[in-house]
This record gives sequence, structure tokens and C-alpha cells, in this order.
Amino acid sequence: MLRKIKRGYAQWSFAYAMLLPTFIAMLFLVIYPLFQAFKLSFSNADQYNSLNVFVGDSYGYVGFQNYIQILKSQEFHQVFIFTLVWTFVNVFFHYGFGLTFAIMLNREMKFRSAYRLLLLVPWAMPTFISAFAWRFIFNSPYGFLHQFLVEIGIRNPPAFLGSDFWSKVAVIMVNVWLGIPFMIVTLLGGLQNIDAELIEASKLDGANAFQRFKNVTMPGLRAVSATVILLGLIWTFNSFAVIYLVSGGGPGTSTQILSTYAYSEAFDFKQYGAATAWGVIILSMLLVFSSFYRNAVRKSGEETW
Amino acid sequence: MVKIAHKKRKRSLQASLGLHGTLTLAALTSILPALLILLNSFKSDQEIKSASGLNVLPKHWTLSGYHQVLTDNNGEFLVWLRNSVFVALVTMIIGVFLSATAAYVLSRFIFPGRKSVLNFFLVTQMFPAAILLVPIYQILIRFPIFHFSLLDSTPGLLLAYSTIAVPFCTWMLKGFFDGIPKELDEAGALDGLTPYGIFRRIIFPLALPGIAVTCFFTFITAWNEVAFANVVEISPEHYTLPVGLRTYIFQFDQAWQKLSVSAVIVTVPSLIVFLFAQRYLVSGLTRGAVKG
Repeated sequence: MLRKIKRGYAQWSFAYAMLLPTFIAMLFLVIYPLFQAFKLSFSNADQYNSLNVFVGDSYGYVGFQNYIQILKSQEFHQVFIFTLVWTFVNVFFHYGFGLTFAIMLNREMKFRSAYRLLLLVPWAMPTFISAFAWRFIFNSPYGFLHQFLVEIGIRNPPAFLGSDFWSKVAVIMVNVWLGIPFMIVTLLGGLQNIDAELIEASKLDGANAFQRFKNVTMPGLRAVSATVILLGLIWTFNSFAVIYLVSGGGPGTSTQILSTYAYSEAFDFKQYGAATAWGVIILSMLLVFSSFYRNAVRKSGEETW
Repeated sequence: MVKIAHKKRKRSLQASLGLHGTLTLAALTSILPALLILLNSFKSDQEIKSASGLNVLPKHWTLSGYHQVLTDNNGEFLVWLRNSVFVALVTMIIGVFLSATAAYVLSRFIFPGRKSVLNFFLVTQMFPAAILLVPIYQILIRFPIFHFSLLDSTPGLLLAYSTIAVPFCTWMLKGFFDGIPKELDEAGALDGLTPYGIFRRIIFPLALPGIAVTCFFTFITAWNEVAFANVVEISPEHYTLPVGLRTYIFQFDQAWQKLSVSAVIVTVPSLIVFLFAQRYLVSGLTRGAVKG
């Protein structure tokens, strides 16, 4: 550490020089657009006064009006609540199933590598293909699930993508299905890093399977879990493709989450000012949440990244 | 990895049935969509859309879907495929090139501002699609290059994707560089290598597997991207696969046969690549992006 500081300015200038290409790219690609987004979020920009190929911009600034309108609106509350449900239900099942399968796959057994490979298929398929395939499965009346339910004697299966409730269930199912492999893979990695001797020792001490799970396996997985759960929450909160491609946010706005709603505000309704305000609200929520999360993890004595 | 060396214990029949039963059911669920798509690709639209009972296997096998997809509208599917491959490849190259040096510096040097740079990269991972999309759209409209509009063009999409790829690659590559022992830098310095020489001759070659994994994930992210592509590309000849295939089924007359065929053509190479690369991807992922 000390030596590093002693090497001093020559090192710093080298570091900054190496950062330069990335910095310039980030300046144009991320920092400037981000600044623009903040500016737009305080404006009344829409399709008539801005972002028009033929005429120049003529939008004006309206202060916090977009934010106030959004936070007061019925849609925001409805979409926000479903976003929370979507995020927590998804990550809960991702982690739950992921851990279950990771523990199963971590033992010696027949067909282990075959199971492992097959369970990773949702991860290997292009997301948009999976989304389309599930859209077929949920189709009413000729989709697989509808026909399957009729076959086993359920007379009138619901139209899965046609009802407010079932379309919510459907998009969550697809996303759970999609996210389990990532958890299996990372948790298996974590399990293999747990010292085998620790497990042996606890066996000799007479710990039963549940005690071993609670006192050896889970503490050993703490660091990995903290990271993948945070990543999972952020990704799921912000996810776009599954909802957009499976239900399109519908019927109505019943399966919209904040990120898809903001997108549709921008590109279906062309309310650019309001859409960027939605974006800023979403980003602030994630920032607040993740700093709380990291503090909580750090307090429990776990080193994060 | 420590191989678990416990004595082989006979599992009770019940436990064994439970274990294999659960895993078989899970495996079936995980391949169900792929299986249905494959079988549907050999059915006619009429057969796919007949609601008379559960017919998983095709009654009348046909390859007409394959013919249609490859030839319809002057082979537009092949154009989308080409666009997708091109955009994903170039995004990957841009991402890795513009981020490698910064990732190295962030992994190895302590300098004023390092912490804020790292935090900023972390924050970019939380950007919702909507926040950069509108301003990027504005840039694409307002800054034509040589009177050549970036909106509805492949360069425009590349520009948009770089906003995701550069921070993503920086973050991921830094993780891989962190995994290379610092003693190697010091040994290089003793041998008279300049800091840049250390990066070029020691770190970069050693990180090649990690760089390959980063390339792969960047490719996949661009390949799967739909929010930007849907906004930037307006005319069908510029569509990428997700945007193009969406038009098959998000219309009144849903063309499931064509969709299934296209899906098979796109999925088979992905599965093959994955089959061969999965070991590296998995170890790369657990070491790089997600450090335990």
C-alpha cells in the first residue's frame, strides 16, 4: 500500500491515460445521455415539441410537475406494487429452486451431469426464443398448457394471457423458469468452495442433515448469496424482455412493471418528459435500496465486493 | 476445487426415487419450451392452431415452414439473422476494446478518484432501459453523420448498445484481472517491463479465458436485447432477430409455424455453443462477475 503511494504521480498519470479511452466513451455514451435524461425529466417534452425528425425542439421546463403527477397517479401505485411482487416473488423462487437443485446436484449420483446440463437449458436458449415459446404455451385455446389442462379433466382453463390475474402468474412463471439456472450455477460454485473437511467434521460430531445445512452449508454460502440476491433483485426489478415479449404488459396495464411502463410511456405514448422522470424515479429507488442492502450485508460481517 | 471424498453411502430407495423424480420433473420443465418449438416446427400452422386435444407430436410432418422462413419476403429472416450476428459481434469488440485498459487500471492501481469511478460503474448496472433510451434516441435523431441519419441504422444500434457494453465489460474484466496474482506484475516490473508492457505481455495473455467469457456474455446480451432495437430500427431490413420474430406473432394472424422454425434455426447453434463452452462459462462466471 505504502509502496504504491510512493510510486506517486508517474503511476497516477499512467492510470489516467489508460482510463482515457473508456472515460471518453462513457462521457458520450452514458454521462451526457444521463445528464440529458435528468434535464428532460423536468420538461414537458412529447412527440409534438421534441425528438422530431422534421422540426426542432421547442419544449419547455415544468419543474417537478412530471414527478408530482407520477407519484400521485393511480398507475404508479398499481405498477409499483406489481413491480415489488414481481421482484420479490421471482428472486425468492430463483434462489429457493436454485439452492434446492444446487444441493441435489452437488452429490454423487447417477446421471448427475445429464441433469445438470438439462437444468441449464433455459440459460442456454436465447431469451427472446424462450419468451416466444412460453407465449405459445400460454396461448388460449390451442396452447400447450390449455390443451394439457383440458386433457387432465379441467373443463374451462382460464385464458392465461387474457386475464389480469393469470397473466401476472404467467409472466412470473416464465421469469422464474428463466432465472433458476444462473442461481444453480453460482450456488454450485459456492457449494464446491465449502471445505469438505468441515462437513466431515460436523458429521463426526453427530450433526444431522438439517443441522449440517443450517450450520455449515448456509454460512458457507453467505457471501455468494448476498451477491447473487442483490444482483437478482436489481436485474429483476429492471427486467424488460420477458414482460414485453410474453404479455406485452397487458391485458391493459396489468403486467406492467416500472421499467416496461416507463418504456411504453416513452415510445407508445411519446411522453418523453414523463418517461425520463419515471426512469429517474426507478434509478433512485434502486440506488436507495442497494445502499441499504450493502450496509445490512456489511453489518452482518460479510465482505461484499 | 476440493473433491468431496466421503464414503459411498447407499441412499434409501425412497430417497433415491424422490431425488431422481424431482430432478427428472425439473429437467422436463426446463426443456419443455425448446421441445415444443422443435415439434411445432414440423407442423403446419393449421395443425398448431387446432384446439382439438393435446397433440404434441406432429400428425403430418412437414418441412414447408423451413422453406417459407428461408424464402419469404426475399429471405428477410436471413437478413435479420445477419443483422443480429453483426451487431452482437461488433458490440462485443467495441465493448472489450474500450474497456480493457480501464478494467486493468481499476484492478491494479490506487489513484485519486478510483472509488468514485468504481461506484459509477456499479450504478450503471442499475440503469433502467427508459433512462438512457430517450436521450440516446434524441442523439440518434439530432446528430446525423454526413447527412446519414443514425436512427433506423445499424451504426445507430451499435452506438446504443455500446452504452450497455462498455460499463458491463469494464466491470466484468476487472473481476477477471483481480483474479491474476499481483506478484506477476511485480516480477514483470523487476524484469524491466513498463506498466503498459506488464498489461500487454503478462496480464492480457493470462486473462484471455476471462476475456473470452466477457466476450461471450457481451455477445449474448446484445443478441437478446430488444428494448433499444425495437426503438432504433424502424424498417424491416434493419431488424434484429428479436424485433423481427416478434412481428410473426404479435399480429392478428399469428404465424406460429414460421416462428417455431426460426426459433429452431436460432436455438440449435446456441445450444451447441453452450454445450461445449459451459464449463468455462460457469467457472468464469463464478470467478469473474460474481466473486464469492
